[in-house]
Amino acid sequence: MTQQDVYDALLNVHDPEIPTISLVDMGIITNVDVRSDDEVHVTMTPTFVGCPAIDVMRKDVETAVRGLGVTNVTVSVTFDQPWTTNRLTEAGKAALLKHGLAPPEPFDTLSLKLDVLNNVACPFCGSRDTTLKSPFGPTLCRSLHYCNVCLQAFEGFKPV
Amino acid sequence: MNTHALTDLCYRMADDELILAHRHSEWTGLGPLLEEDIAFSSIAQDKLGHAQALFTIMHDLGGEPDADTAAFMRDELKMRCSHFVELPNGEYDFSLVRHFLFDVAEYVRWTALVQSSVEPLANLARKIHGELKYHLYHAQTWMVQLGANGNEESHARMQSALNEAWPYALGMFEPGEFEDALIADGIFIGEAVAQQRWLELVTELLQSSTLMIPTQVEPIYGGRKGHHTEHLKPLLDEMTEVYRIDPSAEW
Repeated sequence: MTQQDVYDALLNVHDPEIPTISLVDMGIITNVDVRSDDEVHVTMTPTFVGCPAIDVMRKDVETAVRGLGVTNVTVSVTFDQPWTTNRLTEAGKAALLKHGLAPPEPFDTLSLKLDVLNNVACPFCGSRDTTLKSPFGPTLCRSLHYCNVCLQAFEGFKPV
Repeated sequence: MNTHALTDLCYRMADDELILAHRHSEWTGLGPLLEEDIAFSSIAQDKLGHAQALFTIMHDLGGEPDADTAAFMRDELKMRCSHFVELPNGEYDFSLVRHFLFDVAEYVRWTALVQSSVEPLANLARKIHGELKYHLYHAQTWMVQLGANGNEESHARMQSALNEAWPYALGMFEPGEFEDALIADGIFIGEAVAQQRWLELVTELLQSSTLMIPTQVEPIYGGRKGHHTEHLKPLLDEMTEVYRIDPSAEW
């Protein structure tokens, strides 16, 4: 059993609310510690502190690692390595786009200004002629936007 | 590290977050616009998460009860929330003003806690700091929209709500029992400095709102010592009803 075996298994565990993206590509798995063939410890961190899906994801991770034949599996949730947008992989960003969600764009995490949320590229037509409608969407990690070119509402994944 | 001081600070912050989360959640399904309904519900969910994380830190470091027990099994005398978060939602103008004044204070606190000597608190602060930008953005947008870009009625309502909220908002900075220890141990900057930074940021963010910041107002204290308004008890009764009937219930 190697760390890579565990990561490969976790590539098949998807976000319950965005089924196109794996927890690995989401960047919320922060550590995999293979102590022996029969003992694995996984550490994960939520995208937002109040994310209600974290318990479901924790159980899904545990089930996936047990599926490798490991008996002693512990999964802990910590903020030691807090999630930021930078933890999303390129495959993860593509998966968000596939789900119709605009991936987050790089921005200054210390700045209070959220100008970056205006003119987010539309996931349907690619235009940047878009408007932020609300920084709060159907889940804590999403915002609401409108595309002035293809005239469709869309959601974005918030940069944090 | 002074565990009593840390626990006292965390309860004050967690209880504020927990009670205001409950108040915000009372807008779910009733918000004046769909987007606002979603915004208040989302902010409530964020705050509940912050409270849970603080309770968990106290559980891990200070031997306090787990998050559910801490949130649902303390009576009002044990609660350390400020009067500000206990007040009923009132009209939407008051809810918006409270959201603005509270979230600026929360932003100031968590920004300072990034430097805290208590590592789990500093790690959590780095995370929460990023989330609060969205709360401030939302709150400030409405303060400016309704203060400067609305009409006479919207301006009058926002100013009146600001005047009403102000003494309670100052009450958020009621000193705790262990101010000196918190500052000396590098756990937190203390209430006096937090209040000063809060006032500076409130002033900056309200610059284009045309709203006047009240002056010469006496703060309303009491919450941090367990003295509460008549509004807290009914809120706790409602919030804890299911848990008290069946602590093992999952919902």
